[in-house]
Amino acid sequence: MRIAAPVLASVLTLIVGSIFFASLGHDPLPTLYAFFVEPLSSMNGLSEWLLKASPLILIACGLAIGFRANVWNIGAEGQFIMGAVAASGVGLFWSDPDSALLLPLMFLAGMAAGMAWAAIPAFLRSRMNTNEILVTLMMTYIATLFLSYLVHGPWRDPAGFNYPQTALLPAAAMFQSFDPAYRLNSSIFITVVAVFLMWLFTDRSFLGYKMSVSGAAPLAARYAGFRESAAVWIGLLAGGAAAGIAGMAEAAGPLGQLSPQVSPGYGFAAIIVAFIGRLNAFGIVLGGLLMSLLFLGGEGVQMTLALPSALTRIFQGILLFFLLAADFFIFYRIRLVRPAPDAHALETAR
Amino acid sequence: MHPRLELRNISKRYPGVVANDDVSLSIQPGEIHAVLGENGAGKSTLMKIIYGAAHADSGEIYCDGNLILAHNPAMSRALGIEMVYQHFALFESVSVVENIALSASSAFNLPSLAEKIRELSLRYGMPIDPHRQVHDLSVGERQRVEIVRCLLQAPKLLILDEPTSVLTPQAVVKLFDTLRQLAAEGCSIVYISHKLDEVQELCDTATVLRNGKVTGTARPKETTSLELARMMVGSKLPEMHVSPAAPSEKPVLEVRDLSAKARDHFGVDLKDVSFNVHGGEIVGLAGVSGNGQAELIALLSGERRHGQGDAIKINGTPAASLRPDERRKLGLAFVPEERLGRGAVPSHTLWENAVLTAHRFGTVRKGLVDRRRAAAFASGIIDRFKVKANGPAATAQSLSGGNLQKYIVGREIALAPKLLLVSQPTWGVDVGASAFIRQTIVDLSRAGTAVFVVSEELDELFEICDRLLVICQGRVSPPLLRTSTDREEIGLLMTGRTMGKDQTGSSSVALQD
Ligand SMILES: Nc1ncnc2c1ncn2[C@@H]1O[C@H](COP(=O)(O)OP(=O)(O)OP(=O)(O)O)[C@@H](O)[C@H]1O
Ligand SMILES: [Mg+2]
Repeated sequence: MRIAAPVLASVLTLIVGSIFFASLGHDPLPTLYAFFVEPLSSMNGLSEWLLKASPLILIACGLAIGFRANVWNIGAEGQFIMGAVAASGVGLFWSDPDSALLLPLMFLAGMAAGMAWAAIPAFLRSRMNTNEILVTLMMTYIATLFLSYLVHGPWRDPAGFNYPQTALLPAAAMFQSFDPAYRLNSSIFITVVAVFLMWLFTDRSFLGYKMSVSGAAPLAARYAGFRESAAVWIGLLAGGAAAGIAGMAEAAGPLGQLSPQVSPGYGFAAIIVAFIGRLNAFGIVLGGLLMSLLFLGGEGVQMTLALPSALTRIFQGILLFFLLAADFFIFYRIRLVRPAPDAHALETAR
Repeated sequence: MHPRLELRNISKRYPGVVANDDVSLSIQPGEIHAVLGENGAGKSTLMKIIYGAAHADSGEIYCDGNLILAHNPAMSRALGIEMVYQHFALFESVSVVENIALSASSAFNLPSLAEKIRELSLRYGMPIDPHRQVHDLSVGERQRVEIVRCLLQAPKLLILDEPTSVLTPQAVVKLFDTLRQLAAEGCSIVYISHKLDEVQELCDTATVLRNGKVTGTARPKETTSLELARMMVGSKLPEMHVSPAAPSEKPVLEVRDLSAKARDHFGVDLKDVSFNVHGGEIVGLAGVSGNGQAELIALLSGERRHGQGDAIKINGTPAASLRPDERRKLGLAFVPEERLGRGAVPSHTLWENAVLTAHRFGTVRKGLVDRRRAAAFASGIIDRFKVKANGPAATAQSLSGGNLQKYIVGREIALAPKLLLVSQPTWGVDVGASAFIRQTIVDLSRAGTAVFVVSEELDELFEICDRLLVICQGRVSPPLLRTSTDREEIGLLMTGRTMGKDQTGSSSVALQD
C-alpha cells in the first residue's frame, strides 16, 4: 500500500501529462520522450540530473524527520535562502579570500542560518502554541524579501551593470566540479552523508524512535514522557539545517553568487519529494531523482518545443495531487449522504 | 421459520494464526446468544465477519434465510445488523451526535437527533451529552455512546463485543433490562463477555470457541460458572493466593492535599485528595467512572503536572511537577486504561512498544535502539504472560484486546517497579488470564512494591486489595480496610451518600496512617 500510492500517482501523472500535451497540440509520445528521456541521454544531462536531485534529497531528508513527528515545516524555501545568504556573506566578506577554511565556514554559516530561521517557528510553537505551518510559510516571504533587499542594495556588485546580484564568490569559496565541463560538484557527498544520517536517525536511534511515537500516537508519547517540545525543536531544526546547507551548496556550487533566483523552488518541491518517498531515506532518494527529472524535462521542452516554463510546476502539482488522492482513496471510502429536510425550514418556507 | 443468523463453516486465517476454523452456529429471532472463549480465541474476528468488517476466507452467512454475498458494514446496517466494537470506532474530533449521524444509514437532522440521543440515553441509564466532543470522553463514556448509537437504529440483530467492560454496575443492570426488552420484541443479540455471571444472567444459549474452533455449546442459565470457565479455558482455573500484607514503614506514594481544576468543564475537580500507599500493600480506588479517576491517574502518572511539587511524593521525593519519564526513574510504572494509542502505539510492533517504557532496561544503548534486546524483552513478556501473538514483530493492533492488555501489564511489571499504578488491570482479559494477572500483582506487592489499583470491578478490588479508597465527585474517602468493610459500605460511598463532614457509616476507617 505504502509503495503502491507513489507508483500509481506517477503513472497517473504521466497519463494526465500526455493528455495535457495533446491538448496543447503536441504529439504526446515524442513530447514525453523529450521530457523524461532526452535529458538523461547525455553526460551533461546526467550531471544536471544529479546536481538538481542533490538539494531536493537533502532538504527532503531534513523535512521528513519533522513530518514523521507531525511537525509541518513548509518553509524550507526560506531556510534555503537564508542558508545561501549567510554562506555567501561569509564567502564574499571573509578577510582572507584564499583561506582553506572558507568553505567549511560557509557550510557552518549556511547550516546555522537555516536552523536559526527554523528556530523562530519552533520557539513560537513550543512556547505559544502557534501553528508552525503558517509561521514557516510567512518566514519564507520574509527571507525572499530580505534576499531581494540585499542584492538590490548593500550587496549589489558595483561592477555588475546594475544587475541585482552580488559579485562572484572567490575560488576558495566554491565546491570543486568533478569535471570542468559539467556542473556536478563534490557537494553531492553531503547529500550522501545526509541520507545515511537520516536513515540512522529514523530507523535506529532512540531520538528518532521518540519522534515516531509522537507522530503516530501523541497520547502514547505523553504516557511515556517524551517531550512534545523536543519533537517540535528537533523536527524544525533538522529541516532548517538541511535546507540551509542545501542553500549554501547552491550558492557555492552552480551559482557562484547570490541573485534573487537562488532557488528554483527546491524548498517547496522537497516537501513533495519527502511525501513521495514516504518519509523514508531510500524512498526520498528515488523521489528526489524523479522530481529533479521533472525540473530538467521542464527546462528541456521549454527550449526544444517552446512549451511554457510553468509546465514543471504543473507536473509537480499534478504529481502531489495524485499522491494525496491515491493515499486518500486507499485509506478512506466516499459515501454520499443527503441531509434530511429540516422540518422547521420546510414550515417557514411554506 | 429461518434462524435470524446462521453461520456455516466460517474460516479465517491471519498470518501465523487461524482465527476462525470451520465455525458454524445459528441464532433464532429473540435469542440472546453468548460467544465465549479465551483471549485470542477468535470471538471478535467472528463478529467482524458477521458485520462485514472482515471477510471470511471460506464459509457462508445467512440472515433470515438469505445468503449474504459481498458483505460490508453499510450493508449490514441496511439489513438491521448493528455492532459495538471491542475497540470503539468513533471519530475523535467531532461531537457525539455527529458521530452517530455519520453511521446512520438514513438521512438525518442534527438537532432532532441530538434530542433523541439525550432522551434515549437517559432512558437506558447511560446518560450522554450529545454535544460533547468524543476526544474529551472517558472510555466508559465512549462505550455508552457506542451502545446508544446501536440502540437508536432499532436493530434486528445486535452484536455486542464486551460492552460492559467499563460500564458501571448500575448501567449494566439497565442495559440488561433494555436488552431483554429488545429480545422480547424479536431482536437477536450476540453477546461477548469474559464476565461469566453476566452471561449466566442474560444469555439463553452459548457457543464456546477455543483456538478458533467451536468446542462446545451450553445453556448458561443451567450451567455453573465453574463449568463455563472450564469449557473456555480447557483446564482448571488457577487459584488465588493472597498472603497478608506486610506494609513498609515509610510510604512509597504520598499524596497530600492534592487539588486540581478539571482540564475542561466536563471533567471533575479534585479536592484535597490525601492518601498513602506503602511498599508491600495494594490500595484500590473504587468509584463510578467519571468521578475524577482520570484526573487523579493523570496527575499521579505525570501525564499532567502539578505546580505544587510536594503534593505527590514518590519515595520521599516531591514528584508532582515531574514528567512521566522522570517519575519512572523514581521507580514508577503505570498501566493506563486505554491500551491502544496510550499504553501502546497501534501501528508499531510489540518490540517497538517494549521500548516505549523499557528504554532504561538495556533496550537502548548509546542512543541507538537495540533491536535484538528489545525483541528479547518483548519475547520474555509474551512467554511469561502467555500473550497470544505472532512473535515480537506483530503489531500492537493485530493482537486481540485481552492479549494486548496482558502485554502492557506484563511490560510494566517486567520493569520491576517500586510503585505500580494500574487502571483496570484485567479489562477484557479472560478468566484464566485475569486470575494470573491478579496473582502476579499480588506477588509483586508481597515482594515489596507499592501498588495502586483503579478499577470499576468491586469484586476485583475486594479480591486483591488490602485497603480501599472511594472516589466520588473529586473527593477521596479515608482508607477502609478490606477485611472490615463490605460491598454495601463501598457502594454507598461511591454514590456519595455518606460522604461529607460527619462520616457516619464509615465504621471501619483504617487507622493505618
Ligand atoms: N488484523 C489482524 N492481523 C493479524 N492477526 C490478527 C488480526 N486480528 C486478529 N488477529 C489474530 O486473530 C486471533 C483472534 O483474535 P480475536 O480478536 O478474534 O480474539 P478474541 O477472541 O476477540 O480475543 P479477546 O477476548 O482478547 O478480545 C488472535 O490470535 C489475533 O492475534
Ligand atoms: Mg475480542
